[in-house]
Amino acid sequence: MRFIFDRNTWQEIFGSISKNKTRTIITVIGVLWGIFIYIALSGAAKGLDNGFDKVFKTVAINSMFVWGQSTSMPYDGYKTGRQMQLKLDDVETLKNRIPEVQYIAPRISQGQFGNEPVYTVRGQKSGSYTLNGDYPIYTKIATKKIFDGGRFINQEDIDQARKVIVIGERVEQELFDKGENPVGAYIRVGSIYFQVIGVTKLAEGVSFDSDSAMFIPFTTYRKLYNSGDNIGYMCIAAYDDADAVQVEKDIKALLRNIHRVDPKDERAFGSANLGEIFNRTMGFADGLTFMSLVVGIATILAGVIGIGNILLISVKERTKELGVRRALGATPGEVRNQIILESVFLTVIAGILGIILGAGVLALINTLTKDADFPYTNPTVPIPYVLGALVIMVVLGTLIGLIPAQRAVSIRPIEALREE
Amino acid sequence: MIEIKDLHKSYKMGSNSLHVLKGINFSVEEGELVAIMGSSGSGKSTLLNILGMLDELDEGTYTLDGVPIVNLNETKAANYRNKFLGFVFQSFNLINYKTAMENVALPLYYQRMPRKQREEKALKYLEQVGLKEWATHLPSELSGGQKQRVAIARAMAAEPKVLLADEPTGALDSTTSYEVMELIQKINDQGNTILIVTHEEDIAHMCKRIVHLKDGIILEDKKVKQVRAVTNVQ
Ligand SMILES: Nc1ncnc2c1ncn2[C@@H]1O[C@H](COP(=O)(O)OP(=O)(O)O)[C@@H](O)[C@H]1O
Ligand SMILES: [Mg+2]
Repeated sequence: MRFIFDRNTWQEIFGSISKNKTRTIITVIGVLWGIFIYIALSGAAKGLDNGFDKVFKTVAINSMFVWGQSTSMPYDGYKTGRQMQLKLDDVETLKNRIPEVQYIAPRISQGQFGNEPVYTVRGQKSGSYTLNGDYPIYTKIATKKIFDGGRFINQEDIDQARKVIVIGERVEQELFDKGENPVGAYIRVGSIYFQVIGVTKLAEGVSFDSDSAMFIPFTTYRKLYNSGDNIGYMCIAAYDDADAVQVEKDIKALLRNIHRVDPKDERAFGSANLGEIFNRTMGFADGLTFMSLVVGIATILAGVIGIGNILLISVKERTKELGVRRALGATPGEVRNQIILESVFLTVIAGILGIILGAGVLALINTLTKDADFPYTNPTVPIPYVLGALVIMVVLGTLIGLIPAQRAVSIRPIEALREE
Repeated sequence: MIEIKDLHKSYKMGSNSLHVLKGINFSVEEGELVAIMGSSGSGKSTLLNILGMLDELDEGTYTLDGVPIVNLNETKAANYRNKFLGFVFQSFNLINYKTAMENVALPLYYQRMPRKQREEKALKYLEQVGLKEWATHLPSELSGGQKQRVAIARAMAAEPKVLLADEPTGALDSTTSYEVMELIQKINDQGNTILIVTHEEDIAHMCKRIVHLKDGIILEDKKVKQVRAVTNVQ
């Protein structure tokens, strides 16, 4: 190891690499480009990954919606075209029979999927909004950010069928003056007065609800609209490790069974699976990470091989010099070490430059996409990755340096000295 | 200092082999200044290379300062060269991107000498050859004679037991040659053992002994009265 800390060693290395400046630069650029690609691509992939994570942060990852449609096959004496109506009982049955289900939030709503929104008035101001009858468990599936001082529907609201309401941010803006605190105020929904208990912030990323929605206790809704045990649709969250697609199939199969629908009737119940979309998106990000790794490593390899080539040429050119050194007492080991060190030095310098350049570009992209509506957040390459890349550089540099080093010592000093 | 017995050396060239040295018996005492003469192709360089452990002998024995030189691997040979031998070449063989001082210090680097000490010593030897003020110059900025003097300083810096010079004046004009010979004589005067290969009569006579090679054997080996190099410079 002594030779690494000797100024002469470095002088030897600088001397020999500065003799072929252009070629040294070209080779360094080869490796630099490789590590730059690696850093930039994997950083970008990480950025997308972070971005997607943020998008899906406010909803349960393995979540889906299920609703009733109408049958497309006759079955068990029923005619085709029978309207399917989900019931509160279905929720219990699903929870009991499908173990992968973590939460089910039944919901009934007005003003969604084509039916009339609800006319809402406060003083002189009015508007028409979607009205949802919800259970508190809904927030387990889709996080609701409530502005300070407010809350979402709780179990007591359900038990007592209170006339309380949570409104979306836009509803607040349209019905209240700026600076006014809506919590505690009353608004008239249809013909009934409700007390506002909270305002939902519009969630960043994926959201189930628009900001012009309103939420009241399910029990209140059912009284108001006389809807009995009917529910509009279910929001279902499966456990994180469950196969969302399979859970979705199981749920629909069970519902067909409960509602006496032909097991082959795919149309009777509709569903949308967020877990599947999420997995596909994340699969894309993973693929990108993997691809950046492959491309980066291939480019680095090409660059390192380039360095090996240059060193091989330079060793050939320096045959005589190496012969002189050996006449002066350089052992084959010392000559070998010097050349390997040259290789490692070039690779590491190129690597560091590439990392700096890559980090710079990532920082630039981050600044440029900060305000853009693009799922791209904090595109950093973790330090261990960078260090790992450097270690790989050293290892590759050493390995590739072995070839010219071996060539340098394979020639006998007497022959090396004869070289002109 | 040097003891050679019945040395043979052939070069294989395809199916035939060229018998270059055919039984050399030869010894050199400490402090001698020996010229090895002979026409081109007579095997002078071959002999010197074997003495310098750059080449191997086929038959015979070689003892240097009491150490039998046998079964050398490259690392061992390198260490012996570093410890025992100094080389001066016809074409100087300075490293072109190193300054005069760095060139002189190079064998000391391979002796694992600390840098400060190395530089001090290199400067001391540059001073001996009269080139101290050229220490920071690159070889390309030096004349032929200066280059050879740097090369001699480099060979001497490691304080070898024997200095081997293959045609050290071969690439120099006669005035410069005499300057170099004067330097070699001075180093010899300090007690150093020196072998010089040359085919020039006047250079050979500046040594104390002339060994004449012909057709692979020693034709003549005689002590001569040394001609001082200074006396040749008018
Ligand atoms: N490596 C070698 N391979 C083959 N022949 C060689 C080799 N080295 C020298 N010779 C031959 O050996 C002979 C002696 O060479 P050398 O010792 O260089 O002569 P000198 O130095 O006296 O001119 C020459 O004929 C030369 O061609
Ligand atoms: Mg010769």
